[in-house]
Formats: sequence, structure tokens, C-alpha cells
Amino acid sequence: MTVEHVNGDQFPSGLRVLAVDDDPTCLLLLETLLRRCQYHVTTTSQAITALKLLRENKNKFDLVISDVHMPDMDGFKLLELVGLEMDLPVIMLSGNGDPKLVMKGITHGACDYLLKPVRIEELKNIWQHVVRRKKIDAKDQNNSDNQDKPHNGSGQAEGMGNSDQNGKLNKKRKDQNEDEDDEDDEDDHNHEDPTTQKKPRVVWSVELHRKFVAAVNQLGIDKAVPKKILDLMNVEKLTRENVASHLQKYRLYLKRISCVANQQANMVAALGSSDPSYLRMSSVNGLGNYHTVGGPGQFQNSTFRSFPASGMLGRLNAPAGLGMHGLPSSGMIPMRHAQNSDNTTNDQGKFHPALLPGSHSGNILQGMPTSLELDQLQLNKNITSISELPNTKDNTTFHVSSGFPDARIGFGRSTNPLLDVNNNPLFLEGHPQEAHSNKMFGNQSLMSLNSGSSSRLPDHGRCNDNWSSAVQSSGIQPNSFSLGGDYKQPTLHPGHLRDNLSTMALPIGNSPCDVSSLHPLSNRFQDPKADLQFQAVQDAPCRSNVMFSPLNSAVSINGDVGPLGQCLDTNKTFFHRSNEFDSLGQSNFVDHFSMKINEVQRSSMQASSNLKEGYLMGQQKTQGSYISTSVDSLEDLFMSSMVKEVRSYNLAFSSCQNAFINSFYTTLTIIVKNLLNLFNCLLLWFRTKRRKFSI
Amino acid sequence: MGYVDDQFSQLHKLQDESSPDFVVEVASLFFDDAEKLINSMARALEQPCVDFKQVDSHVHQLKGSSSSIGALRVKNVCIAFRSFCDAQNREGCMRCLQQVSHEYTMLKSKLQTLFRMEQQILAAGGSVPLE
Repeated sequence: MTVEHVNGDQFPSGLRVLAVDDDPTCLLLLETLLRRCQYHVTTTSQAITALKLLRENKNKFDLVISDVHMPDMDGFKLLELVGLEMDLPVIMLSGNGDPKLVMKGITHGACDYLLKPVRIEELKNIWQHVVRRKKIDAKDQNNSDNQDKPHNGSGQAEGMGNSDQNGKLNKKRKDQNEDEDDEDDEDDHNHEDPTTQKKPRVVWSVELHRKFVAAVNQLGIDKAVPKKILDLMNVEKLTRENVASHLQKYRLYLKRISCVANQQANMVAALGSSDPSYLRMSSVNGLGNYHTVGGPGQFQNSTFRSFPASGMLGRLNAPAGLGMHGLPSSGMIPMRHAQNSDNTTNDQGKFHPALLPGSHSGNILQGMPTSLELDQLQLNKNITSISELPNTKDNTTFHVSSGFPDARIGFGRSTNPLLDVNNNPLFLEGHPQEAHSNKMFGNQSLMSLNSGSSSRLPDHGRCNDNWSSAVQSSGIQPNSFSLGGDYKQPTLHPGHLRDNLSTMALPIGNSPCDVSSLHPLSNRFQDPKADLQFQAVQDAPCRSNVMFSPLNSAVSINGDVGPLGQCLDTNKTFFHRSNEFDSLGQSNFVDHFSMKINEVQRSSMQASSNLKEGYLMGQQKTQGSYISTSVDSLEDLFMSSMVKEVRSYNLAFSSCQNAFINSFYTTLTIIVKNLLNLFNCLLLWFRTKRRKFSI
Repeated sequence: MGYVDDQFSQLHKLQDESSPDFVVEVASLFFDDAEKLINSMARALEQPCVDFKQVDSHVHQLKGSSSSIGALRVKNVCIAFRSFCDAQNREGCMRCLQQVSHEYTMLKSKLQTLFRMEQQILAAGGSVPLE
């Protein structure tokens, strides 16, 4: 509008300026000066009047010049409001040239900061701000259109970054203007171009702003990310970048307001909405901790310890400190959800939905570090398998049910575990006893898992099937799952199985999952197999890598990414695994392993269900008990039971429900992952922004 | 030190056919505003409990106006005045207030004399050189 007009022959004359200053002398002077520059001037001595004028017709003015010191409203506040609502360039005017004030002006978004007495030379160049901004907006629009999608993921951070950069550029501009006025403006504005996302200027009408605020309040000020706000607002031709920069301004505005007592409630309210996610996180962490704390703790701890060393675990869950934690939490969740279902799948399924929606489809694996995905897959698998299993029991494992959010968080965490999945194998290795062996085992499983990310889920299902069947069968077979590497004892001992499982779970490091699985197992102890299964199951989610790894790894290690089903089918894989184990010293295990696989499966199914139940609740206790069992035996049992469970689990899982549950979980997982990512990005941005404005 | 600085001549440059009495207008506005501010300052400083922020705000405004019109001396006193306000030095503020008032009065009388003379010249058919 004005651009075209201004770009005509009369450019830069005809620029419509609104001048605000409570000092009549200065106002008259300013008006005269502006008229001398052939601008159209409207003056008012009150900020409120100025806002009213601006709101009446957004397109009535091109530029606002405002004094800083005004009785009815602070100049900076006016600056913010104008920037938020009308997105017009605002020039600050003051008799005080203190750099701090100038900085403040820039942080509030002023285009320029002039000192009194105003010189006509300075005013002659203010049109540059208008043109520049229009140009930048136009470019931003184009860029944003092109880059909107790619930026979606990192967009928030980018948007924030851009805003920050804009702010920085403005600051630069202001400081330079202190001494040099015009020339610097152009330079500074030039900086702005490449860094900012150019968008066409969006006029934030009152309605638009109202929608924006409603969206922000709905999401919660901390969780409000441009993409979501944009979606909520549902306004055409509004880009994420528009929203991002507006959001930045709005945050500034809120900051100011937050100093006012009556505004604090809003902030609190806004912030409060974002708390739950944090709470969940913490709760999840708690879960994770639970795992580690639990019985297998010892076992796990050792493994965990090994992990941290590997560094992966640590990554898994900060709270847990060990990847395991994260996994367990996630695993816990699934387990919990499954609760009673003897089918670990049930538990896992539930968990998965939250966590693994993505994983189910293998997204998790794909989206996240493979290890993470694997975990997720496993989790998903576990979950699905769990879900499939009717939960009759305990819901101890079901703490998680409450933890869907936990699951979510756990998910995030589990994602870590996934990352650490790789570690998990290590984790397994971490098993005090056989760090190496475990590792190898675990690694392979992980690797296989990773590769088999997508296939994992199906495997998981299968595993679930296997597990359930295993559960049914009595055989405990806790094949010495000792991931620890004592795979030598293929026989699954029910008790051992549990122990093994728990230990397995622990070392497996899928962490939370495993741990939880271990615990529940111990609790449930109803079936040694169950324990195994439980563990297996639990592992599945988290450790699914691990748990499954016995089965899967057997499969996958060989490079069969294929789902557990493969395990079932291919004893060879197990054998391979055993080979690997051999390296671990588990040659015996393999033999037993294959034999026991069936048993394991059955028992695992049971165990998983049991695990689930007891998992959550008794994790701690069971873990303790687990720990007490000899690691070796546990490991062996565990492994064997795992294998069996996995197989049975797979079988069970592969039943019809798999598809549905998996997809469901996958979707959920994806969603959770995205949410977590968004959240993290937002946090980072927010912190950056705070740092920035606290200057 | 002169009473007015370069800004004052800038004001003259802004005076043209479209606003022939621009300088006088601005000066009049300044006088009114400055008197109000000085009175407010005096009132504030007379309070048993002086609100230095308020006083500082007035001084700030006076400083802005005086610099806009080019009243150099008044502006300088305002700068000193502000530092006393920051230090919450009532004595210093009182002294500065008196100084400001003094400078302002001097300026006003001189400007009014100047304007009168200019009017006489114009009335006599002459023209007042801008430089």
C-alpha cells in the first residue's frame, strides 16, 4: 500500500507518520520537521490516543515515532503494543541517550532510537525503515513459504533464533545509531535480511491477535510453539514464521506485564499448563529410577554402571542416570498398562501406544536414533504384546497406566534408551558378570534391532505371541538368559527366569523396560516364565532390544533384522547368537537356547504378564531378589526365557491385534516424540530468549 | 556561553512561508511548558518527603524541550539537576532548581526581546536574515 505509493514519484514523501510525544514543544518541532520532509504527519500527545488511532485503521500509518518518556504510558510499552498488534516500524525518541535505554528500545523491537533534539537529517531517512521492513517481510513471506515445511521441525527453534537475531540486529543498529544515525541503519538492516526469515508483513489485527492469544493460552505459554499456535489459529496465509515472531513479541509483552501483579496470574496459569508434561517427565524418571532402584537394581546397577561408562546409558535418562532408567520407565509404563494382562503385550501395548506409536511402525526407530527406535520398537512390541495379553493381574506394572504421560515421557526417555539401545546391548554387557558378553550380545541385539527397526515391531508382536505362549507353558525356562553372558544355562528356571529376566532386563539396559520387567517378574513370580516374559516383555519396549535380542538378537544378530518371529523360526539365529554368545562364552547357551525357546516363549508369555504386574510394583523388590540370584543363573535363565518368551511373544503378537495395536502405538509414539522434540526446542528457545532479554 | 545553540538556528530554517511564525510558536510552547515544569519541580521539592523520581521526570522533560529549542544553558543546568535527583540530594536539587529558573527567565526575556525586534523589522518592511 504505502510502499507502492511511496515508491512512486513522491517517494519518500507521503510517508504517513504518527508522532507521539507528551512534550508540546518537541511535538511541534517534530511535526514541523516531518512536514518539512514531506511526510504526512499526525500528532498526539497521548499514547492511548495514538493506539486508538492505530487500531482504527491499521493501514493508516506507515511509521510511528514515539517519545520514551510519557506520563500515560511508557514509550517502550507502546512500542511493544504497536509491534504486536500492528507490526509497524516504531522509532523511539528520547532526550536520554543512555546506551541501556537504547538497548532496551531495541530489545523491545524499535526500528531506531533518536536523540533529542531531533535533526531533520535523521528524519529524512526514516523512510528507509519502512521500505526495508516491507522488503524484508516480502522476502520472508517467500522464504517462509518455501521453507515452512522444512522448518517445521526445527522451525520453532529457528523462528526463535530469527527473532533473536532480529533483536540482535536491532541492538546493533541502535548502538550504532547512537553515534552515526543513518548509515548504520542500512548496514544493520542488511544483516537482518539473510538471517531472518523474510515474510510479508502480516498485519496483526485485533481479531488475529485475539486468536493468537487464545491459541497461546490454550497451549500454555511455555508450550506454545509457533507451529501449534498456527494450527490452532487456523488462519490462512499465516506462516509459522509470522507466528514465531509475533510470539516473540508477545512474550516480551507478557514479560513486561508479568511485573504487574494482576498479570502474574496469567503467567502462572500459562505456565501451569506446561507443568504436567514436566511432572510426567519427572514421574517417568521416577519410574525409571524405580527400576533401577528395584531389585534388579543390583544387577542392573552393575549393568547400568557399565552403561554409564559406555556413556549411552547416561544419555538415556538423565534422571535415571542410566539409560536403563529411561527404558524402565518406558518399559514400566507399558508394563503397567498391561498390568494384568498376562500378555506382556498388553502392557507393552499400552505403553507403546504412548511411546511407540512411532516405533510400531518403526518410525521410532527411524526417527530416532536407531537405538532409540529399537527400544521403542521393543517397547512397542512389548506394549502391544502386553496389551494383547489380558491383564488380569497386577497392575503393579501398571503404574504406568497413569503414566501415559509417563509413557510419553518415558517415551522420550525411552528414546534415550533407544539411543542407548546401542548402549543397552552394552548394558546387557554391563552385566557385571559379563560385561563383554553382554555387550556383545546386547550390541548385536541392538544392531539387529536397529536394522530391524521396522521389522521389530512385527517381531515384537511375534514375541508377544511367543511370550504369551511361553507364559502359558509352564516351562520356565528362564533360560539362563543371563544376558550377563552367562548364557550357558539355557534352562529356564522359573525362579531363575525371573531373576534372569530381571537381571537380563537390567543389564540389557534397555533400561527402564528391562528393569521393570525384572521387577515385575519377581513380583509375580507366578511363573518363572512369566518373569522371563515379563522381563522379556519389558525389555521389549525398552529393552526389547535386549529381551528380544535374545530372541531377536539371535535373529538379528545374524543380521536378521526380522522380528522375533525369526527367532522363533530360526534357531539358527539363536544359534548365531549363541555363537556370539560363545564369544561371550555362551556357546552352551545357544544350544539350550534353541531348545528352550519354545519354553521360553511360553514362559515368557506368562512371565511377561506376570512381569507386568509385578513389574511395576515389585520391581524394586523383585529386583532385589533378582539381584540376589546368581547373576549367572539368572542370566542364563533369563536369556533362555527371553528367547522363549520372545518367540512365544512373537507368535502371540503376530495375531490379529498386532496390526492395530502397533499402528496405534506407533502413532502415539510418533506424536509423543514430536511433542518432546517440540518441547525441547521450545525450552531451548525460551532459555535463549530469556537470556537475551535479561540483558 | 550563549543562550541558544545551533538548534535555534535550525528552528529558523524550518520557518518558511507555510509556517512564518514557527519559531515564535515553538518558543511560546516552550515557555509555557517550562514554566509548568519548573513550578511542578518547586512543588515537589517543597514536600517534606521529596519524590525524586517525579522531580527527575520533570527535569527530563525540561531538558528535552530546552534541547529542542536550543536553550543551551537551560539544558546544561538540567543535566546537573538530574544527577542531583539521582543522588537524591535535596539541597543540590534546590540549587539547581533556582539555577534553572534563573536561566529560563533570562532566556525568555532575551527571546522575547528578539522576537519583538524581529516583528518590528518585519513590520517596517524589512526581512530578518536567517543566518
